Amino acid sequence: MPDIFGVPMVVLLGQIMLGLINGSFYAVLSLGLAIIFGMLNVINFAHGALYMMGAFVTWILLSTVGINYWTALFVAPMIVGLFGIVIERLALRHLYKVDHLYSLLFTFGMALALEGLFRYIYGSAGKPYPVPEQLAGVFKLGFMILPVYRAWVIVAAVIVCVAVWLVIEKTRLGAWLRAATENPSLVTAFGINVPLMLTLTYGFCVGLAGFAGVLAAPIYQVSPGMGSNLIIVVFAVVVIGGLGSIGGSILTGLSLGVIEGLTKTFYPSASTIVIFVVMAIVLIIRPAGLFGREA
Amino acid sequence: MTDHRLEVEDLHSWYGESHILHGASFHVNRGEVVTLLGRNGAGKTTMMRTLMGVVRQRKGKAVLDGTDLLATPPHRVAKLGLGYVPEERGIFSSLTVAENLVLPPIVKPGGMSIEDIHKLFPNLKGRDRTIGTRLSGGEQQMLAIARILRTGADFILLDEPTEGLAPVIVDDIARALGTLRSMGLTIILVEQNTRFATNCADRHYVMDQGRIVDEFSNDALRADISKIDAYLGV
Ligand SMILES: Nc1ncnc2c1ncn2[C@@H]1O[C@H](COP(=O)(O)OP(=O)(O)OP(=O)(O)O)[C@@H](O)[C@H]1O
Ligand SMILES: [Mg+2]
Repeated sequence: MPDIFGVPMVVLLGQIMLGLINGSFYAVLSLGLAIIFGMLNVINFAHGALYMMGAFVTWILLSTVGINYWTALFVAPMIVGLFGIVIERLALRHLYKVDHLYSLLFTFGMALALEGLFRYIYGSAGKPYPVPEQLAGVFKLGFMILPVYRAWVIVAAVIVCVAVWLVIEKTRLGAWLRAATENPSLVTAFGINVPLMLTLTYGFCVGLAGFAGVLAAPIYQVSPGMGSNLIIVVFAVVVIGGLGSIGGSILTGLSLGVIEGLTKTFYPSASTIVIFVVMAIVLIIRPAGLFGREA
Repeated sequence: MTDHRLEVEDLHSWYGESHILHGASFHVNRGEVVTLLGRNGAGKTTMMRTLMGVVRQRKGKAVLDGTDLLATPPHRVAKLGLGYVPEERGIFSSLTVAENLVLPPIVKPGGMSIEDIHKLFPNLKGRDRTIGTRLSGGEQQMLAIARILRTGADFILLDEPTEGLAPVIVDDIARALGTLRSMGLTIILVEQNTRFATNCADRHYVMDQGRIVDEFSNDALRADISKIDAYLGV
């Protein structure tokens, strides 16, 4: 197999694949953040902690009650989503009318509290989670060896993202959501219960974070800090894609994962900062983000 | 006894600290077209927003077909048959024309079909995939009216439908209003254009400083349109 700029093709493809996996998580998480920001006007700093919660719930379900991965794939996002709904009803919705800063501080505090809680109960050490047996093994693709589970993560993330995008862009429910983003009081006057819609939106997007957490459990170690490591990058992704653009955040998430992977191949020492470099460049050239509408 | 659909008595409302409606009282009969006239800032738009529940701080009495509007949560008001066409039209820029048109849920049977709507407003035909706010001002006004007609709402609040429109478009809107009237819809119309108002309405109320200060039958106003001038400050 040929080399590209001195890098064996196999290594390159492997890194692109790894990048796509990271990108899948970026996409699912930034999608939820973008919807929450668009609808609720809230910068949900707790998103990473809720992703971590999804992974932990998955791990707890297996280790205490023996509930397997496939069931957890539905149950864990629902638990996280319900948690989000309670938080929205009790606290978040009182902050919509005041400055962004309040909800940002609130969700930031919530992230710290959640992380601290899980660290207090379960310790900082990562907990391994077994790959479900149906997804064990590898695909031998000739040019590379791809673990089945990783392929599954990419497929599942892409399917979920595309489904959410379709609902928002192509359905009547999506039209209500978009309209409520622009003019909630008029949408209410048309007979739609906007506060309820906001609650369910938050619950759903937070559930998406939980879903990403379930996907992550067998790949990364389940640990209280797993969300905060990721969320900073995800915020950079959202800024690059443009706040409030749904399709944009999906595409940006996946492609930044790949860019990160490529950087790891060609210039490893820059791989941890490449996304922030891209962010800085985008902010200079297009402050509203690649897919954001210029104000 | 006349058939009052809407009964408003001593209605007050506030935007935060500012007290805007100061005890307004009026009524609307079934099938009537009633206007609210009055100079800028008189509280006409606020009256509509108060009835719809967009303005939440309110006190007094507003009863539609026996239902207390002030006790109705804002998202339930539309289901009583109240359709709102706001002054700023409220066409959504993230929605296409077709999406804007079907956005408000059906509230009662008997609403217009899309074909009927295209007959009433031929300008909207073939524009389905256009972004709502790319329509001209007049077309946006037609769309704002059309989307309410589709829902089957039978009591329509129309806030300055002719504001800023060319005379030909005003004629189109007038024709549409005539059709709605013949369909038996009940309408409150806010209008600055007194001539337009006297061509469309049965009765007129004059608002000033958050109160209803006078009332004219259409015949009385047509007989001497200058009666209104003092109120409007022209
Ligand atoms: N959101 C708001 N907050 C505070 N005051 C407001 C608000 N909207 C309107 N007002 C005030 O309420 C008063 C009545 O306004 P309103 O829009 O109801 O008048 P209007 O009769 O519809 O006038 P116009 O003919 O110009 O449309 C005005 O003094 C206005 O400044
Ligand atoms: Mg007005």
